Amino acid sequence: MGLEDLNHNFLTGSIEDLVKWARRNSMWPATFGLACCAIEMMATGAAHFDLARFGMEVFRASPRQADLMIVAGRVSQKMAPVLRQVYDQMMEPKWVISMGVCASSGGMFNNYAIVQGVDQVVPVDVYSPGCPPGPETLMHSILTLHELVRTGEITKRRAETGAGAGVHVTERRVAVATPH
Amino acid sequence: MSSSTELSEGAQELQPKSRTAGLEYLREAGSVLRIPHLPEDVDEVRTDDDTMIVNMGPQHPSTHGVLRVMMELQGETVLRSKPVIGYLHTGMEKTGEDLTYLQGPTNVTRMDYVAPLFNELVFSLATEKLLDVEIPPRATWIRMLMCELNRMSSQFLWMATNGMDLGAVSMMIYGFREREGILDFFEKVTGLRMNHNYIRPGGVAVDLPDGWRDDVLRLLDIFPERLDEYDTLLTGQPIWQERTQGVGILTTEECLALGITGPLLRSTGLPWDLRKDDPYLYYDQVDFDVIVGSYGDSFDRYAIRLNEIRESMKIVRQILDKMPSGDYRVQDKKVTPPPRHRIDESMEALIHHFKIFTEGFRVPEGEVYVAVESPRGELGCYMVSDGSAKPYRFHIRGPSFVNLQALPHMLRGGMVADAVASISSIDPIMGEVDR
Amino acid sequence: MDEPDGLPPEDEPALIHGAISSLSRGQLVVHSARDDYLDLVGSLYDDGYRVCMDLTGVDYLMHMERQLPPGVRAERFEVVVNLLSTEARRRIRVRAQVPGADLTIPSIFHLHPTTEAMERETYDMFGIVFTGHPDLSRILMPDDWEGHPLRKDFGVGRIPVQFKGAPPAR
Repeated sequence: MGLEDLNHNFLTGSIEDLVKWARRNSMWPATFGLACCAIEMMATGAAHFDLARFGMEVFRASPRQADLMIVAGRVSQKMAPVLRQVYDQMMEPKWVISMGVCASSGGMFNNYAIVQGVDQVVPVDVYSPGCPPGPETLMHSILTLHELVRTGEITKRRAETGAGAGVHVTERRVAVATPH
Repeated sequence: MSSSTELSEGAQELQPKSRTAGLEYLREAGSVLRIPHLPEDVDEVRTDDDTMIVNMGPQHPSTHGVLRVMMELQGETVLRSKPVIGYLHTGMEKTGEDLTYLQGPTNVTRMDYVAPLFNELVFSLATEKLLDVEIPPRATWIRMLMCELNRMSSQFLWMATNGMDLGAVSMMIYGFREREGILDFFEKVTGLRMNHNYIRPGGVAVDLPDGWRDDVLRLLDIFPERLDEYDTLLTGQPIWQERTQGVGILTTEECLALGITGPLLRSTGLPWDLRKDDPYLYYDQVDFDVIVGSYGDSFDRYAIRLNEIRESMKIVRQILDKMPSGDYRVQDKKVTPPPRHRIDESMEALIHHFKIFTEGFRVPEGEVYVAVESPRGELGCYMVSDGSAKPYRFHIRGPSFVNLQALPHMLRGGMVADAVASISSIDPIMGEVDR
Repeated sequence: MDEPDGLPPEDEPALIHGAISSLSRGQLVVHSARDDYLDLVGSLYDDGYRVCMDLTGVDYLMHMERQLPPGVRAERFEVVVNLLSTEARRRIRVRAQVPGADLTIPSIFHLHPTTEAMERETYDMFGIVFTGHPDLSRILMPDDWEGHPLRKDFGVGRIPVQFKGAPPAR
């Protein structure tokens, strides 16, 4: 056992695949929990649902160190400029998941105080429905995003139009077995 | 203080000292000593060359939501601070004026989103007081059961987030275990993990499912040992004690002057708990203790919240024994929708169902104020009805909104690191602060 | 907690510190005009109602015909203060009428420091100016927001949504 027995000790692949693998398997979210969805986001990061198995349990407070912004909660008029500023401070490549109906479309609050969909402020890659979306739905959205990164679709589209991918998650799926 | 960036909140921000000396003094000192006029020596202008105004938030790692605190620092010491809120203002009170009384709980439940059943409870109690209906006993006991379980899940969440704010990250990872157990029970009963819309005017939405007693007993068997684990993890630990003891001290007079209730008030020594002092539901028929602290610091509040979980478990055990059979909602046909199978049989039932769900039931004119004890303090609802099917005006008195006014007092003279401990011990939930 | 002891029956409005009182669903309410408001709250403070639980406003523009005891003149706005006495375990409510044309009322901050944030919120949402408040600025809306959202003539701000039977934009 050990290094002496290794015969084939070269791995070949394309740099693109390697970079995509690194990007999706350690995508660090920025802390952008606003309201009730933030509680479900924290529950997803906690032991029962465990985001750490996807390499995402470190929620970075500093936007410079974060790749993914999960807008979790309703965005009010006062918060919208702050949201845009945090998004601008993140470094490329960056992605946005709009978690919950309030972030995706204004939700049940169709009124003066709430921005009707966070895609009015930042480009969104995955929309996650629910009020709040349970941890399984959030994980499904995250895995959808990982899939988009894996195929490279999302980086190409962003370069062309500057818009987000705009994928709508439509079912609540148990993406991986939850431990008990 | 004019600022060219669009992120400035103008007059809501902390102004430099030279411009606000007298006013700030009045505001800070007046709330403790109740000085109605300025003392003579306050008008001198202090140069603020050696102090720095620092902005914390609204996006920050402390998990207590979108609260922005501006602090004036001299070195590491906080001289003045000012919380700026409104980053989660949702216009719920305005939205609620367009929703019927039956749709109301869906709206208000998202205010204090960590303990949503309390919002629904206070809204429903206010509506029922205006309606003048008597709720059946089983509905009341079910409400008490769900609210006490929600109190436990809220305090577990607080312990987890408080632990993480102070650096005990393992508390965050493990603290959600028990909350998941309670949320599983809620999902079984109400259909949702959070924001249940379960407690409605007239009773509760559905009856408890079969086997609920075993589920609750199973939870109650696991919790005491887990609580002891957290006790061992945190209470005796020197770092925890250093970070919370003596931090964010309040006195009873300060609390009453600032309208502060809940664990903050009880940590100063006054045993004020609405479940004992102004009983609602059937809290006068169950036996539990009110936990008080003695020093008024963050450690006391931590201990109070930990033991409140134990007291809630005591209450839940008694509710298990006392739960009667009966209706889970009031039988008044004008208020409660009929059971689904009756709609096929009776025309009258169909009409009532239609009227209740489209137009809503009408509530006689009047105004009431009802208060309950939420995990954060006194949660009140002031409701005005004009005789129609939608509330004319309702105002939810969120305990966190009022408790946040303690922040400048707690932070003054302390270190920046203690600021996080103090904010965390207030346990603000920005949903009910900003509504 | 809701029964007032020693008060005359409901049909005869009794006077508490010179202001007309009534019962609303068993809760004691004291009505005051704007000029007597400060003295009334001060006298209630001396009576033991030392804690102000809630201060809010109501815009009665769409419901001017509301029931008020005889002798109370209805105005467009009301400032409602809920007070609590922790020793006696009693609550009382003060409803002060504020005319829409002259939307000011004295601030009770010096008696009840808790009203600092509550009065700011009422100002933000209704435009009621509390004279004597140390720092009356907006608290929930952005600083440059125009209008006062909870007034009845301020629309909800709904945008049109594409589904059948959706309410129109307001």
